[in-house]
Amino acid sequence: MKTKPAKLVEADFAPPAPTYPTKIVEVKLGATKNEGGTRGKSIVIGGETVPAFYGFGGPAPHPPVIALDVFDMKVSLPRAVKMHVKEVLEDPAAWAKLAVEKFEADLVTIHLVSTDPLIKDTSPKEAVKTIEQVAQAVKVPLIIGGCGDPKKDMDVFEAIAEAFAGERFLISSITRDMDVERCGRFIKRFGHVALSFTPMNMNLARDLNRRLYEFLPREDIVMDLTTAALGYGLDYAFSNMERARLAALAGDLELAHPMSSGTTNAWAAREAWMEMAPEWEPRELRGPLWELTTALALLLTGVDLFMMMHPAAVKALKDVIEQMAHGQPDEVDKIANWVCAKI
Amino acid sequence: MVRKELSPIDVYRFLPKTNCGQCGEQNCLAFATKVVTSEARLEKCAPLLTKEHERARRQLEKMLRPAVKEVVVGVGLHAVKIGGKFVMYRHEFTYTNPTAIAIDVTDEMPEGELVDRLKKVEGFNFEFIGHPLKLDMIAVRSITNEPEKFQATAKKVVENTNLPIILCSFNPQVIKAGLAVAAKSKPLLYAATKDNWKEMAELALRHRCPLGVFAPNDLKLLRSLAETVLEYGIEDLVLDPGTFSAEGLAGTLSNFTTIRRSACKSGDEFFGFPLMGVPMIAWTQKNGVHEDVARWKEAYLAALLIVRFADIIVMHNINGWALLPLVILRQNIYTDPRKPMAVQAGLKAFGKPDDNSPVMFTTNFALTYYTVASDLESAKINAYLIVVDTGGIAVDSSVAGRRLTAEKVANALKASGIENMVKHRRLIIPGKAARLALEIEELSGWQVLVGPKDSSGIPKLLQEKWLTQA
Ligand code: B12
Ligand code: SF4
Repeated sequence: MKTKPAKLVEADFAPPAPTYPTKIVEVKLGATKNEGGTRGKSIVIGGETVPAFYGFGGPAPHPPVIALDVFDMKVSLPRAVKMHVKEVLEDPAAWAKLAVEKFEADLVTIHLVSTDPLIKDTSPKEAVKTIEQVAQAVKVPLIIGGCGDPKKDMDVFEAIAEAFAGERFLISSITRDMDVERCGRFIKRFGHVALSFTPMNMNLARDLNRRLYEFLPREDIVMDLTTAALGYGLDYAFSNMERARLAALAGDLELAHPMSSGTTNAWAAREAWMEMAPEWEPRELRGPLWELTTALALLLTGVDLFMMMHPAAVKALKDVIEQMAHGQPDEVDKIANWVCAKI
Repeated sequence: MVRKELSPIDVYRFLPKTNCGQCGEQNCLAFATKVVTSEARLEKCAPLLTKEHERARRQLEKMLRPAVKEVVVGVGLHAVKIGGKFVMYRHEFTYTNPTAIAIDVTDEMPEGELVDRLKKVEGFNFEFIGHPLKLDMIAVRSITNEPEKFQATAKKVVENTNLPIILCSFNPQVIKAGLAVAAKSKPLLYAATKDNWKEMAELALRHRCPLGVFAPNDLKLLRSLAETVLEYGIEDLVLDPGTFSAEGLAGTLSNFTTIRRSACKSGDEFFGFPLMGVPMIAWTQKNGVHEDVARWKEAYLAALLIVRFADIIVMHNINGWALLPLVILRQNIYTDPRKPMAVQAGLKAFGKPDDNSPVMFTTNFALTYYTVASDLESAKINAYLIVVDTGGIAVDSSVAGRRLTAEKVANALKASGIENMVKHRRLIIPGKAARLALEIEELSGWQVLVGPKDSSGIPKLLQEKWLTQA
């Protein structure tokens, strides 16, 4: 039998100092007057050298940022979201202003839903006008969202790219079923950034990025690996992003781009918006927490840019990101006696 | 060695190699394959448990030992297993033993409130793709620091619930009083600190209970405490490096990550134990804010900890709107990434269908099937549902990935025998499979009715189209 120790055995502990060979490329979104655009400031994302929030690697060079969704026409929104934006549903410029001034969006995504041939089929020219209004109303960098029709999106994106040359808008998004050469060329020529979108598959992501490299420098590419909602495939999205970021840091250059997440997809889950039995209500609280929870899981995989919708989820994620930028906890006393806390 | 790096042959070498079949497998190699993927446990090979194979068994146990030890709290059916992790990242293998969620009660709670709270915790349940999502444990906190009060509370808890418990106090006299009434249910004792470790270790040893070790934001001390109590003879530990909210958040996650990394990547024997997080901390910094704000903060702290390696979390809130996203998140993170969750393919009857009832199909992805099933059930619809094997993939994805084809649908229709059960030949298909409609008609000879994109629209479709056109 061992003898029981009479006093504390002093164990050693040296925190790990892992080194990863690759740095995630830094991408600049938006351009100020000096940089050739009209934005109030530009935002850099990426630049990580260790996985997200591994304290022993030091804080990330650029904290993640949040873009709020704005639509160019009235769309159906979950009630919990609608109540915050009902005054501006038909005015994208006012909506963008609200997003920036009241909800503190770092960027704004303007979804050109009305350009969809199956919806209103509005022309690229009209889309340019909408962007003009939004760009006047707010000074943050913009993300240009298409309607999802690959052919129409290319026409719309090209017109906007040309009309706003030098602005470094993020073009959301370039997909495999588009003419990648054409997109790469106009994005390069007019000084914007490509969002390379693939449906949850690392090989497809590598492949699309590789095709874009023929026309664009790596600094002009952000990638979207697809976000599935909490409860509806988040497990796939989470592991796909975690794997991609780890592979990138370990040397896979084709994946070493900042990651963007369409976190708004969280609302695709019924449990986010549906009225349920009383024990799960109110949905006005459950819904935004659904979006926030989806965001937090992906924050830990290394997402650099969140596209979101609900103001409360945005506010909380901002708080978390801000808190994460701090170093070690110092107020040990505050929790040393948590067991006795009166609540 | 990481478990996934083991090959079946590595395990096979140490098995009895008699192919006796007692384990339920065809032969030893088949058993070895299942052991490597964690689908079978060693104990199923009876011959291995005999004296003759003792050395081989020891060797195998060592080879198969997870990087994070599995610790059991509680007894019998309600015991929870925590830890038992083989890998740091879920994609490397799979995570075992989902984070146990403990809800707190205190020794200041009036009896009625206490019993009511226990009932609520036990009654919490959300059916998600065929599995109940529940809360797991009760954390009994001593606020008064008085042994008698704590004992009385612990007694009521044991009498009123079978859920495993955590006895929480830094005062060994208080824990001792709690153990006098709760030792039989094998609680987790929380916690040994730099000041009380000897008395706590003594209690844990005497009552054979797992022991929590607490050293807020001091990994060196935490590791020293772990080594000390292990030398003392304790075998089952739970480590708490402290949960800080607000400014301490980054440090908290960093500590959890460092510990888990040391266990999984460097094989650190003192850090190879389950981790405990305390999102409840969010309530202690409430400063008069609305309770919903505290619930919200507690929930997001919990979400971060579930993803970053916590094996137990202690929470205060029991409101469904805040807990639902968490139990779903836990399910998502802990589901096996190696295989999609699938249900059995084939014909299913809902309600009491007759030979005029609607026939429809869906895929065998568990989430898809249960969503459709619950829509049919809650609308009390009498219908036949053919579940097509798409390898456990949802409707859109399987159409896009060609795992759901018109041919498969036609074959499934034929194989189901439905042709002899209904008089009509009309098949309702999911709206997201609309593009297969024509081809299905051609191959099966059935008339296709394209349904809504979301199965919640099925009742409306039946009302508007099935009755009128039948
Ligand atoms: C998670 C996911 C995956 C996971 C699959 C998880 C799984 N086990 O199914 C993975 C990563 C494996 C995956 C792979 C692919 N995916 Co995928 N995936 C998704 C995602 C994010 C969610 C799907 C989901 O779980 N839905 C929830 C379930 C419950 O929905 P459902 O099965 O459709 O059921 C609903 C309805 O169909 C309807 N319904 C169901 N049955 C019935 C029956 C009747 C009678 C009726 C009336 C209605 C009805 O009601 C249900 C509830 O609403 C979606 C995007 C999204 N947010 O929707 C993309 C998505 C479906 N995938 C897509 C694609 C392209 C693919 C791939 C082909 C990509 C690739 N090339 O690798 C592969 C194909 C996989 C394969 N080998 O077959 C595309 C499909 C595009 C299209 N419409 O053509 C989507 C839309 C993403 C996108 N925008 O690109 N995917
Ligand atoms: S019980 Fe053991 S010895 Fe018998 S077949 Fe299974 S693995 Fe082999």
